[in-house]
Parts: sequence; structure tokens; C-alpha cells
Amino acid sequence: MIPEALTANPTVAALADLATSAKFEFSELTVETAPEDIVEALSRVKYDLNYERLTSVTGVDRFPEEPRFEVVYHLQSVAGKSRLRLKTRVSGTNPEVPTATLVYRSAEWYERETFDLFGINFSGHPDMRRIMMPDGWEGHPLRKDYPITGARY
Amino acid sequence: MSNYSGISNPSDVHRDHDLHEKNGSGHRTLVLNMGPQHPSTHGVLRLLLELDGETIVKAAPDIGYLHTGIEKEFEVKTYQQGVTLTDRIDYLAPLSNNLVYCLAAEKLLGLEIPEHAQWTRVMLAEFTRLNSHLVWLATHAIDIGAMSVFLYCFREREEILRIFEMFSGQRMMTSYFRIGGLALPHPRGWQKRVKDFVDIFPSRVDEYENLLTNNRIWTGRTKGVGYISLEDMLDLGVTGPMLRAAGLKVDARKDSPYSSYEKFDFEVPTRTENDVYARYLLRVEEMRQSHRIIKQALEGMPSGSHQADAPGIVLPDREKMKTQMESLIYHFKIVSEGFRVPEGEVYQAIESPRGEVGCYMVSDGTQKPYRVHWRGPSFGNLQSTSKLIEGTLIADVIAALGSMDFVLGDTDR
Repeated sequence: MIPEALTANPTVAALADLATSAKFEFSELTVETAPEDIVEALSRVKYDLNYERLTSVTGVDRFPEEPRFEVVYHLQSVAGKSRLRLKTRVSGTNPEVPTATLVYRSAEWYERETFDLFGINFSGHPDMRRIMMPDGWEGHPLRKDYPITGARY
Repeated sequence: MSNYSGISNPSDVHRDHDLHEKNGSGHRTLVLNMGPQHPSTHGVLRLLLELDGETIVKAAPDIGYLHTGIEKEFEVKTYQQGVTLTDRIDYLAPLSNNLVYCLAAEKLLGLEIPEHAQWTRVMLAEFTRLNSHLVWLATHAIDIGAMSVFLYCFREREEILRIFEMFSGQRMMTSYFRIGGLALPHPRGWQKRVKDFVDIFPSRVDEYENLLTNNRIWTGRTKGVGYISLEDMLDLGVTGPMLRAAGLKVDARKDSPYSSYEKFDFEVPTRTENDVYARYLLRVEEMRQSHRIIKQALEGMPSGSHQADAPGIVLPDREKMKTQMESLIYHFKIVSEGFRVPEGEVYQAIESPRGEVGCYMVSDGTQKPYRVHWRGPSFGNLQSTSKLIEGTLIADVIAALGSMDFVLGDTDR
């Protein structure tokens, strides 16, 4: 849900029909949408609200909660001197989010990184393979159920 | 193997070079493997270049050789211990990384940092910028063939490292900024050391410029080389000096000031030529501006405490710890289990020498971060490699790559 105080915010208003929740904490705005709406939200943010830059894409593993993964997009408007965080949550079984590369090309490597380290698949991505870990690596290191110690060589 | 015309997946190429025939026409391209141990890739970047004669048809960067799982490691260290990891991400700009990490944690904690500590942070962050730009200039010049510049730059860099050592006890992995302020109070005699440097530095920058700015070989190798449009850069996630050399005035120090940067008088230089030469001139001008900031910090350094008044988060005074029970308890608790950080998430971005370094910190209310994501500027900048060098000559690759100023530790984390 969107809190009363935020409904007048122009960014939230532009995303009102897509947003499942919004919050303004530590002077930072976060808007959450459903995974299928994220590309629509990103293109609105880019073309209507003038956020030229996608700063990063990453994940947060909320294991053992369900839906397990948060996919987090950080955006910056250079002209407007403002920042925005978009978020979506996906299930732990076959996590999949549509790719943002058609809206922001910079998403390409960030989504590969998120795929590599969290195992979240970005459907429609032009080059979905590991970027940090070796190609034959098993598992996704930033998942909370991935062991922190113990060699797996 | 179609979309990269022979190099769709870099790991498919097992030989150093490979010949590809196109459409049976007899016209063949050569795939050349550059790196990961090539000296002018500054670290372990591997580039796969598809060449048609001397022209680059396709370039595919391959990264990850320096991945050390630092983001995972943050999750098992207490907040204060995490500071030491940040040095090792971008090892040429350790204090910038300390700063962004501390600012993110302080935002979550709601800590007020004394002015004295804030100004010291600004001063040392600018020294870091000088340090990083000097290493960049030295190695960039050596790549292009100007050997002596290296020695000139490292002379001043050595002095900066001595200043770091004076403040923190360490030359490179400083960890001097801590959550809540600084690790130690100022060392005795720091003003003289900094003042000596401030007095001599502008003439030293003139020396570098004498060696390079009007040097015909230098201009011949750099002017008009490495062009990439501003739209492409914004779209591909490039930040920092690359954007400013294309005429976009973007600098977090001005746009969203942190750590009292708003109190300092400095310019954000921009250029419009958008080539390797412009990026060189821009960074030289940035060095002069950093010098201005350091000078102001030296002259106007406010007195006060080097740490916030936050018992339970910053370590108590050593003398008090030995004489007062309460302080001893705090000391023991902070060292043995750390402090709790309120639940929440923040994204803090600052202007590192290479561009925007961002720290996305998620706290679940315990003593260790739930998740730290590091948005390194090198990673975003490197993403533009293909766009930057495709269509240029192989001899220009080194100049164009050098102008990006990436650090592989920052890319791979």
C-alpha cells in the first residue's frame, strides 16, 4: 500500500497504478512493483520522469521468507539531482524477472552479476551467463544458504 | 557463436588467436586475446578483440578474475570490521571507500559527526583523489610511451602515502575513517607536513603539464582518440571524469554534498572535446581543484573531537577506559559484539576519483549488515569498453582504455 503522505509525490503518482507499496525513509524514496510491471515502471521513470541513469541492479536474499528475493534498481536523475529506488520481489523457486536492458543498456552487466551471485534469471536478457564466477561454478554465492566457509574446489 | 561473430562466449576461445572466415569470401578476421596479464590493462582485465587488419571489429571484455566475494564477507563481519574490507575494493582510493561505507552506516544510525572529523574526511578524501589521479597519470603516460612522467608522479604520490601513514599508520590500506568519526586523533605535526605538500604541489602539476600538455607525441596519441557519445555513456552507466570530459557537469560533491563539502569553495571542471586528451586535461584540472580544497581544509580546520558523541558506537577514550567502569564495559561490548544498527536500507553515493561509488546497505537490526552492495565506478565504466574501442585502431585501444581509469579490484569486488 502507498502511505497517505506519499500520494502527492510526483514520482509515486506517476507510478500509482503499478506500485504495490512505497516508502520514504532516510530521505530516500522506494517504490515496489510486481515483477511483471517492473519494465513498464522503469520506462516510465526513464522517459516521463527523466531519470537518465540506472545506477545499479542488485538483489537481496530474504531467505527463508517467501517471496524470497528482492531485485533492487537504483536510479539517478542527473538534471533533477534526485535518486530513486525501485524494487520487486520474486519467489525462491525459479526466480525470474523481465530484463531491463531494453530500457537501460547499463542493466546488462548488473543483471548478469545478479544472475551469477543470486541465481535470479532475467528473461529476455541478450547474454545471460556468469560474469564474476567461473563458468562451471555450482551455486550462487550471495544466497543466504550458500556456505561462507569450506572449500569447494 | 553468431552475435559476436566468433567470440559470443569468451571462454569458447582456447587459443590465443583464431582466424575466422566471413561468408566464404576469403576476407578473414583475427581474434586476439589481450590480457588478463597484459601490463596496460592495469590488473586482470581480459579483452577479446576481433581484428580486421588493424581495425577492431568487435571487442568483448571478460572480467571476474579478481572476484574475492567481498560483498559476501561484509555479511559476516560487524559494521566496524567492514571498514577494513572497503580499502581492499578500490585499492587506489581507500579513503573514498571508507567514507562512503561510513556515511551509509551513519545514515542508518542517525549519527551526527563533529565538524573537525568531517573536515578531516574531506581533506583526506581529496588527498586520495590526488593519489589516484597521480597513479592514473603515471601509468597512462607509461602506456602511451612517456616513461619519465611516471617518476615525477610517483615522487608526489610517495609524499601523499607518507601523509596517510602519519594519520593512520598505514600507507595504502588506511581504514582511517570509522563509523562515528576517525580512528585516531590527528598526529602531532600534521599541519607542517600537509603545508609543505600544499606549498609545493601546484608547481609540480605545472611540471607534469610541461612534460605532456603541448608534447606533440602525447597530443598525437590522445587527441581525437576514444570518442564515445554522452548519450551512450549515460545509457551504459559511465560516471565521473568520463562524463565531465563530455561536458556534463555532474559531481556528487556539488549535486548532493556530503561530509560538509558544501562549505568548500571549488569548481567542477568540464571539457567538451570528449576524447582521451580532454580526459587528461580534466583530471589535471581536478588535481588543482583538490589542492584548493586541501588548502582550505588545512587553513580552516575546526577544532573539536575526532569522534561523535555516541557511547556504545564509538570506542571510549583510552584513558577513561582504564579508569572508569562504565567506559570499560562499553569498550568490551563494542569490541566483542559490535553495535546494533536500526533496521532499514540506504543508498549512499559519493564522488570517488573514478566516478560514483555507491554503498547500498541493508540492515536487519543486528550487529552485522544483512546485505552490502557495492556500486563500483569501474564496473559501470568498463561496460562501455566495446562501444569505446570498436571501430578504432588497435594502437588506440591502450590510450582509450587508460583514459577510463578503472581498477579491477573495484570492478570484480
